[in-house]
Formats: sequence, structure tokens, C-alpha cells
Amino acid sequence: MRRFATLALALLALGAGPRSGFETMTPELQAMQRDDFANPGMLWVAEGEALFQRQGCTGCHTPAQMVGVAARYPVFDAGRDGPIDLAGRIAQCREQRQGAAPLPTESPEALALAAYVANQSRGLPLAPDPDPRLDPARRQGEALFRERRGQLNLSCAQCHDDNAGRRLAGSAIPEGHANGYPLYRLEWQGLGSLRRRLRSCMVGVRSEPFPPDAPEYLALEAYLAMRARGLVVETPAIRP
Amino acid sequence: LLLWAAPVLAQPAAFQVVGDTIPASLTGTPGDAARGRAIVTTRQRGLCLLCHSGPFPEEPFQGDLAPSLAGAGARLTKGQLRLRLVDGRRLNPATLMPAYYSTEGLVRVGRAWQGRTVLSAEEIEDVVAFLVTLQE
Ligand code: HEC
Ligand code: HEC
Ligand code: HEC
Repeated sequence: MRRFATLALALLALGAGPRSGFETMTPELQAMQRDDFANPGMLWVAEGEALFQRQGCTGCHTPAQMVGVAARYPVFDAGRDGPIDLAGRIAQCREQRQGAAPLPTESPEALALAAYVANQSRGLPLAPDPDPRLDPARRQGEALFRERRGQLNLSCAQCHDDNAGRRLAGSAIPEGHANGYPLYRLEWQGLGSLRRRLRSCMVGVRSEPFPPDAPEYLALEAYLAMRARGLVVETPAIRP
Repeated sequence: LLLWAAPVLAQPAAFQVVGDTIPASLTGTPGDAARGRAIVTTRQRGLCLLCHSGPFPEEPFQGDLAPSLAGAGARLTKGQLRLRLVDGRRLNPATLMPAYYSTEGLVRVGRAWQGRTVLSAEEIEDVVAFLVTLQE
């Protein structure tokens, strides 16, 4: 935690906090994200809202209870003795509390439900779960963020801490914050999860992405949430 | 003077580092500058323009994480250029630039890339031959 505190102090001294990827987008894309009628991600949110009713989530939850949830996740899950993220929680409710068949990870339905739930927190600042039992995962996540990997031997930090704001060929390198997921990427022509983004960055440096359910993703997500603390939830964000 | 032996994986071949240079061609023959230019400007081959810019007016997307390649051949000798491509970590362990002819010290290399260098010895020589032509 000392490192986070030092970082926060350093940023305060500079008068700068984390900057969302939104800030470096073109005015056209920013306008598209802001306008619910132009933002294609809102189609998934609407589908998620319908699923929330149809799939019986309303048997236990009101939509109002979903406000602020995405701003806090990942949280500590006692049953798993480790972090659980929003997609994991929704899957857990379906499988363990409803006895329903699991939705394939990152299926359109799973993305729609996550987009709907996260959209209930849009505009709220990320306020990561302070539970100290998450610290080991956050530390592991930070170590993974700083570790160079792949044939190109690059770390997340080299791009997103050291070179954010510069151009990697045609792409502006964002600070790499996870405050807009699931989000609509023009390059994907669809809604995608944070895991998909992380896999793309890993494959981009020619490294072997972690297997789909690897704890490394949760560790990175827990660290990214702390790193982006204070940025507002943008779900469904737009990115190039 | 430092002699570096290849790992069991057959490649890369052994080469000699002298000071901040690899004086001898990795293949024993000079490279082809035209092929080198194509490697440098092809996104999936050289990847150079992800980070560097240079005198390539036909390439609209160039990076700005690294010094421009313009004048590289005037600033550096053939041998210096070769070592910077082969493994710049020998000069700057923290360098951002990938080692283009080394399989050592890498973590979780993707299955398709394991045991392979980014460029082959021939390609390194082609790129060196091209970079020396960048005199201004
Ligand atoms: C070689 C540079 C590079 C490396 C290494 C890299 N990224 Fe990225 N990352 C990018 C670029 C460029 C984008 C923006 C996507 C685009 O526009 O193509 C991005 C986007 C992201 C985003 C989304 C930001 C947003 O605003 O939505 C996250 C999160 C992220 N990266 C995390 C990571 C993590 C975690 C790692 C390490 C496992 C990593 N990145 C490694 C270049 C990199
Ligand atoms: C049978 C009851 C039940 C149903 C049905 C149910 N949940 Fe849950 N849900 C719970 C309980 C209990 C928790 C609290 C879990 C905990 O904190 O350990 C929870 C927690 C959550 C949370 C996290 C809330 C927080 O504050 O941390 C989300 C998000 C959520 N559920 C979404 C859903 C969705 C989406 C569905 C439908 C696909 C659903 N739930 C169906 C019982 C249910
Ligand atoms: C991921 C980023 C990256 C990539 C890809 C990359 N470089 Fe570099 N390169 C750098 C950086 C940064 C430096 C500055 C020296 C240092 O940091 O060690 C550099 C330095 C150099 C130098 C020395 C420049 C000087 O004037 O001293 C040459 C020559 C060079 N690179 C050529 C290439 C070529 C040719 C390619 C592709 C085959 C390439 N680089 C790919 C980042 C990169």
C-alpha cells in the first residue's frame, strides 16, 4: 500500500490524477460516447436491462441496489478466499443462487448483463474495496504490470506509465485505465470485456496470454482499479 | 571482448561483441538495403515504426517513443547499429527496444514465437545495410 500512497502523493504534488482514455479521444468519439442515442454500447445496456428482468435477477435485486457496485469491484469473496470481479459475481449468482446453466464468459448475454449493471454506476468515482485481504492480489497485479514479457519484452508499465500520451505508430497510448468496461471498441465493432483488452495487450507484445480463468487477470484487475481510483465509471465507454 | 554462445535452441548463432559493436556480419555476407527498408517499414516484420519515426513519407503512422531513424547511419557505425538491433540490453539493460536477435531473458513468450528471434540473421544484416544509408 505504501507504493500506492506515494504515487497518490506524487500525483497530488503535480496537480494531476489519473487520466481516462476518454481524454485523448477525438472530439467526435467523445461526443459519440456522451450521446446515449449515438453510443452503440447502449444497445447492450438495454439488452442487459431486459435480461435482468427476464433471467430473474429482480427476484433478489432491485436495479437501485446495483448503483455503485461496479465502482467498487473487484471485491474480496470469502468463499473463494480471493478477489471476484463483476462478471464473476454475475456468473456466481446465476450458477450458485439460481442454479442456472453458466453463460459462456464474454457471451453477448454475459456482456449485456455486466454492461447494464456497470452502467448503473456511470458517473460515480471508482472507489475500490479497501479490504486489506485484497492487498496480496493488488501486489501481484502491480508486479505483473511491471514485468516485461513476450518476445518484444515489454511491460504494461513501459507503455501505460512511461509512454502514455505518446504514439505507438497510429495509436495514442492511453494510461490504460479500466473505468469504461465493458466498452464498445470501433476496432472490435462490438462490446468487449476488460479481459479481452488485457489479452490484446499481452498478445501485442507476443506473449502467451494467461488461460481464461487464471488468477492473474483478477490480480491485474484489482491493481488497475486501485491505480484508476477517482476516475469515474464510463460504462459503456467508446474507444478507437 | 565478450564471446556469447548460442542457446541449445540452435538459433541465434554465436557472435562477437567488441566494445559497443558487433563488428562482423552475422551471416558472413553483406545485407541488402532494399530488403532492409521493406523490413523496417512493414508493421508485422520490423515493427520499427511502432516506436520510431524516419524518412518514410509513404508511411502515415509512425511512433514517437524513440529517436528518429533519420541520420542513424551517420551517428552510428555498422557494428554499432548491429549490436543495437541484436540486443540493445547490453548497452542499456532498461531499454524499451526489443532485442531482435536474442531468445534470452524473456518471460512468457507466446507459443508461436518461442525459441525464435524477432528477425533472422539475414534480416538483421538487411536492416543494418539499410540503416547505414540513412545519412541525414
Ligand atoms: C506496446 C504497448 C503496450 C503494452 C506493453 C501494453 N499496452 Fe495496454 N494499450 C496499449 C494501447 C496502444 C492501447 C489503446 C488501444 C488502441 O487504441 O489500440 C492500450 C489499451 C489498454 C487499456 C484500455 C484503456 C482504455 O482507456 O480503455 C488497458 C486497461 C490496458 N491497455 C492495460 C494493459 C495491461 C494491463 C498491460 C500489460 C499486461 C498492457 N496494457 C500492455 C498499448 C500497450
Ligand atoms: C437467489 C438470489 C439471487 C439471484 C436470483 C441473483 N442474485 Fe445477485 N446476489 C445475491 C446475493 C445473496 C448477493 C450477495 C453476495 C455477496 O456479497 O457475497 C448478490 C450479489 C450480486 C452482485 C454484487 C452486489 C454487491 O453489492 O457486491 C451483483 C452485481 C449481482 N448479484 C448481480 C446479479 C445478476 C445480474 C443476477 C441475475 C443474472 C443476480 N444477481 C441474481 C443473490 C441473488
Ligand atoms: C518498442 C520500441 C522500439 C522498437 C519496436 C524499435 N526500437 Fe529502436 N529504439 C527504441 C528506443 C527507446 C531507442 C533509444 C535507445 C534506448 O532506449 O536504449 C532505440 C534506439 C534505436 C537505434 C539507435 C538510435 C540512435 O540514434 O542512437 C537504432 C538504430 C534503432 N533503435 C533502430 C531500430 C530498428 C531498425 C527497429 C526495427 C527493426 C527498431 N529500432 C525497433 C525503441 C524501439
